[in-house]
Amino acid sequence: MTEEILAVTDLHVSFKTQAGMVTAVRGVNFNLNKGETLAIVGESGSGKSVTAKAIMRLLPKHNAQISQGGILYEGQDLLNLSVNDMQKVRGSEIAMVFQDPMTSLNPTMRIGKQIMEGLLKHQKLSKTVAKEKALQMLELVGIPNAKERLEAYPHQFSGGMRQRVVIAMALACNPHILIADEPTTALDVTIQAQILQLMKDLQEKMDTAIILITHDLGVVANMADHVAVMYAGEIVEQGTLDEIFYQPQHPYTLGLLRSMPNLSASRSEPLIPIPGSPPDVMTLGTGCPFAARCPHTMKVCHDFLPKYTHLSDSHTVMCWLQDERTPSAQIPEEVGSVYE
Amino acid sequence: MKRYIVKRLGFMVITLFIIVTLTFFLMQLLPGTPFTNPEKLSDSQLQILNAKYGLDQPAAIQYFRYIGNLLQGDLGYSFQYEGRTVKSMIIDRVGPSAFIGLQALIFGTIIGLVLGIVSALKHNTILDYGAVTLAVLGMSIPSFVFAALLQYYIGVKLEWLPVALWESYESTLLPSIALSVTVIATVARFIRSEMLEVLGQDYVTTARSKGLGEAAVIIKHVVRNALIPVVTMLGPLAVSIMTGTLVIEKIFSVPGLGEQFTLSILVLDYSVIMGITLFYSALFIFVVFLVDIIYGFLDPRIEYKEGGQV
Repeated sequence: MTEEILAVTDLHVSFKTQAGMVTAVRGVNFNLNKGETLAIVGESGSGKSVTAKAIMRLLPKHNAQISQGGILYEGQDLLNLSVNDMQKVRGSEIAMVFQDPMTSLNPTMRIGKQIMEGLLKHQKLSKTVAKEKALQMLELVGIPNAKERLEAYPHQFSGGMRQRVVIAMALACNPHILIADEPTTALDVTIQAQILQLMKDLQEKMDTAIILITHDLGVVANMADHVAVMYAGEIVEQGTLDEIFYQPQHPYTLGLLRSMPNLSASRSEPLIPIPGSPPDVMTLGTGCPFAARCPHTMKVCHDFLPKYTHLSDSHTVMCWLQDERTPSAQIPEEVGSVYE
Repeated sequence: MKRYIVKRLGFMVITLFIIVTLTFFLMQLLPGTPFTNPEKLSDSQLQILNAKYGLDQPAAIQYFRYIGNLLQGDLGYSFQYEGRTVKSMIIDRVGPSAFIGLQALIFGTIIGLVLGIVSALKHNTILDYGAVTLAVLGMSIPSFVFAALLQYYIGVKLEWLPVALWESYESTLLPSIALSVTVIATVARFIRSEMLEVLGQDYVTTARSKGLGEAAVIIKHVVRNALIPVVTMLGPLAVSIMTGTLVIEKIFSVPGLGEQFTLSILVLDYSVIMGITLFYSALFIFVVFLVDIIYGFLDPRIEYKEGGQV
């Protein structure tokens, strides 16, 4: 059942800026299985979106550079593909849904045409067949009066409806992987739930693997099979949904979970933030990037980057606390008690 | 849509009416008379002339008489050329102006678009810098400088094209090229900045994420959207160029409207000044109106509401 479809290994992405080279993604590793959902969580600027765009090879050419690593899709490294071959992968094998449905559709093109574009390019359908398929997709994502709406322009849709259109567009060619970059961030909560449910339903129907990029742990809990927590361009912890939510081992994961509002907590209880702010990736030292904010820092944290420690087949963490050479580090007890 | 057009047409008439009124009374303030050497004319001669052209009446009466004639489509007679109607003068003169103008506009727009699009696609390369420099030069150097250079090098030295005069199709080329420099520069700069803006839009990334080829992305998604604002700019540019620029017409001896216009101002040919002003304004207002309508077709987000607002 668990057949690996995508493997990202040691991915490094750098950007040329006026202040010099910035490495925004610094050695990201993860695997994605067929039909499963991997959530990548992290704060703004942690490198989530850059990772996603790197997989699609949609980073701006003039200043971004994938300096190291591999992106293996069904055993083939996407980074070695020619521009033409990569175009064949985009949209048909791996598709993407963007954050803001208000800006991710072409305002001057009828949405039917926008959905048909990919179909015409990848499946070499005739216009009539492509239109038929576009209609089916619109119906599938729950757009009422789909037939008439094919001829409508994006501004005639609400935000939630537009995101449905974007999803229809992304899934039109039955891609094996759907990368959703904060697909619900720009929507209000009730619409969010609908869109997430829609993605889940379609995933089941079409057996699509999803990489869900978000900073909303509630969304993660709803959708994900696996979770990767990113911080300052690195995945600091990854594991199954249960492992991350019930046995978090990295102090950052812990902090994220702790800062979530809790329904059962009394109102007077304040949220617990992670002190400090994410580091500037330009000025990162040699140590653990979280060291400055970590409540459990040791001397070693400031000087050396921790290695990955494998806690189970699926659960890895990058923290000195878990390193076998660390004599007896105990995770604070509150962890279990708060999240059960 | 129909209501919108009718409403706009109504406003156009009102605007024209205001322009006519203002021009008429401003012209009354000009010193001098339309007659050359009036001091050499006897009082009775002056009286006869004034009576003939209706200048003996108070300004208000003259004004209403003019409006009355105008409503019947009569622009009056020229003061300078005995027996010639203003209408026939405009019709005779507008042809050459419109021809070199239109030619310059077509030529300039095509070159300008190519230059601007290429420079946006090659942003921050030598090609881009070169195109931008050219555009700035084209905008800042007056067209008569180019006119003189063209005349000297292409007309006199190389003898490829006639230096001036209005004799054959060849004689329309140099004035058109001289006029098109401004068009090229304006269009290139405008489309370049629009392209750069659209290239950064999310929907362009979406188009790429669908796996479209770069050419399809650029043509269908980027250029299409970048062109819309260019249309608004092209309208007024077209009018100013097609109604003739005095300097270019003078340098190349083109018998155009611009030349006639200045001439009539110098000799205070009241009715011709009025006529040409009216013609220019009407054309301008009409083109702006036309641009608004075209805009609605190009950009589906614009709807012409019942109330008449855009």
